[in-house]
Amino acid sequence: MADLKLVDVEKAYGEVKVLKNINLDIKTGELIVFVGPSGCGKSTLLRMIAGLERITGGDFTIDGVRMNEVPPAQRGIAMVFQSYALYPHMTVRDNMAFALKLAKKSAAEIAAAVDKAARILQLTPYLDRLPKALSGGQRQRVAIGRAIVRDPKVYLFDEPLSNLDAALRVATRIEIAQLKEQMPNSTMIYVTHDQVEAMTLASRIVVLAGGGISQVGTPLELYERPENEFVAQFIGSPSMNLMPGEVVATGAETVVSLANGGMARSAVPTQASDLGLKVNVGIRPEDLVTTTGEAAFTGEVEITEALGEVTLLYFKRQGDAAQVVAKLPGIHAELRHKTVALAGDPRKVHLFANGKSLLYR
Amino acid sequence: MNPALQALIVIVVGVGGCVGYFFLSNLFLDKVLFPARGPNAGVNTSRANMIRPWLFLFPAMVALGLYLAYPVFATAWLSLNRNGEFVGLANYSAMFGEPKFWESMRNNMLWLVVVPAGSTAFGLLAAQLTDRIRWGNLAKSLIFMPMAISFVGASVIWKLIYDTRPVEQAQIGLLNALWLKFEGGIGSFLLLRLLPGLFVLAMLALLLWAVWALLRPLVKGGSAGGFWVLAGRIVGALVALFLAWELATWLVGIAGNDLPYGQPMTWLSMPYWNSYFLMAVLIWIQTGFAMVILSAALRGVPEDTIEAALLDGANPFQIFFQIKVPQIMPTIVVVWTTITIVVLKVFDIVLAMTNGQWETQVLANYMYDKLFRALDWGMGSASAMIIMLLVTPILVWNVYNARKEMR
Repeated sequence: MADLKLVDVEKAYGEVKVLKNINLDIKTGELIVFVGPSGCGKSTLLRMIAGLERITGGDFTIDGVRMNEVPPAQRGIAMVFQSYALYPHMTVRDNMAFALKLAKKSAAEIAAAVDKAARILQLTPYLDRLPKALSGGQRQRVAIGRAIVRDPKVYLFDEPLSNLDAALRVATRIEIAQLKEQMPNSTMIYVTHDQVEAMTLASRIVVLAGGGISQVGTPLELYERPENEFVAQFIGSPSMNLMPGEVVATGAETVVSLANGGMARSAVPTQASDLGLKVNVGIRPEDLVTTTGEAAFTGEVEITEALGEVTLLYFKRQGDAAQVVAKLPGIHAELRHKTVALAGDPRKVHLFANGKSLLYR
Repeated sequence: MNPALQALIVIVVGVGGCVGYFFLSNLFLDKVLFPARGPNAGVNTSRANMIRPWLFLFPAMVALGLYLAYPVFATAWLSLNRNGEFVGLANYSAMFGEPKFWESMRNNMLWLVVVPAGSTAFGLLAAQLTDRIRWGNLAKSLIFMPMAISFVGASVIWKLIYDTRPVEQAQIGLLNALWLKFEGGIGSFLLLRLLPGLFVLAMLALLLWAVWALLRPLVKGGSAGGFWVLAGRIVGALVALFLAWELATWLVGIAGNDLPYGQPMTWLSMPYWNSYFLMAVLIWIQTGFAMVILSAALRGVPEDTIEAALLDGANPFQIFFQIKVPQIMPTIVVVWTTITIVVLKVFDIVLAMTNGQWETQVLANYMYDKLFRALDWGMGSASAMIIMLLVTPILVWNVYNARKEMR
């Protein structure tokens, strides 16, 4: 059982606040993923939870007990580092047993815990090897094993897969998901910059940007109902197209006249007072379809990228507007240099005013 | 001509000559011998690159051959001759019959263990303690400074510290001045018996722990590491055991001996202890060297292994001894063996401070005695060969370790 609570947590280096107003409730058994661009403070936040960085403001509690001043080892947490941080002079067995030895556990207890962790992670044949004699994936598993033997309340993962090659990353990602299944009562916090890891592993994602939390929600909430333009563009690849325009009809269905001359219809409801509001219309590339009728966007295809299952169409820039990208199912290499008209299903067209989604007013 | 001016000319000509040699020979290779143009440009470039290392190594190889390799063989030959006649191993057997030779051997062995151990231990301590403090760099420069002093200069400084004057005169030696402050009261008990006793006891405990830590994997029968690690562990344990034995005898002395309060001591003529007073000089010099190298090694220990240990619940001592020290063990070994080689060659300090009297003789000074005072070329060369035999295996091992470290 471990409920984590962060209330107005902040981190300042001297005058500079790199994190502020962090409010987060994490329930037992959740797997929370912190994502965000480089330098957004996601690793710093994780290290503050671990106790490796001082919390300069606010309260951090685990099960109601304030943890700000508790030394890292006594917080009931275990951390898996990006670089694995294995002790190079110790065998796999000693690496995993180190914490238990320091805690003065009996030899039998240590052996049992290490053997169990090794069995879960399929490390039994490697127990007497030094880390340098292991492959990257095996080292990663030892790092996870070192966390498991301590039987912590909270697991912290700091970009654990970023040093692995692409194939191994997918395999290890699935292993972590299975590990989570086996330990339904443990809480995990996972930092990554990889959206796929975030979308597949998380029970909830915390998007960090500009020193604060941009949005917290389940992966599909973030995908379907982004709170602001940043989350809308950060989640999903290629990122969401944003096209400026003006509301010309309100009601259950909003109609926007776009600056590029197109028309977009959105299922986001608006009030009569919104008439004439300057908005950005957001449509994901995969939600754009070719049309012969009313088009949100018409332009010449500059480059096509046929991936087999889908084809990405990159359109010529019009003035200083952002480049529009569409993702059509199937192979459409023949569309290069053709002029194509696109529209989106109104249920999948987002509206943002001043960067905020109109859904959340 | 003024000698300073001469020195300046030598420096200018020497450095200028070196630069000129490398620059001009390189130019000759690239422009005249194998010019990188014409139909053979590609072949010429790769040929020039094959020759270039030899070109640059040539002066060093000639100088080393002339001043190092040749003398080794000449000395070996001299050691088998007496007064121009070949006598086989007679010089060696005569030398082995001399008690002064065995005194030198014994002292050298003592130096060999105490000085590297002391320098490395103090260096490691200084490196760790100065790592995280603001004035750490200042402290480091001060500790490193003795490295800039020549051995003879350091000996002169320490000879003043150990200096003795008759009791009615003011003492100019720091050690005697301090010693005469003690008169046998409670302060003397605290500072001369309790404090050093506790310190020695702590060191003793640390050494015994080190012996146990080194031998534990052998007892448990684990097989981490090959023959060299095994040999290293056994040698390390023996060294630690020897030092522990020395400290134990000190402890007995601290507890039991009557101290002659009020009399100035002639420190350098106290047999057994005077060797330690000489060793203090070399430890004082070499600690700076050990500190600089070990400090760099400690900074190279990955920060995240330390953080992982912190999360695993290790206290600062456990982090230092169980995470940091094992990770820099290869560097410690290199520092240790480098100092060992310096110690085997130790000469200046003994010559300048006691000249081998009062049972402080060491091999290098013994050799100097035979060669240049007794003018016995045979025995002098024989003792030189003994020193070389002792240094060579350590040197080879040191080079092997240093190269492994670099890879």
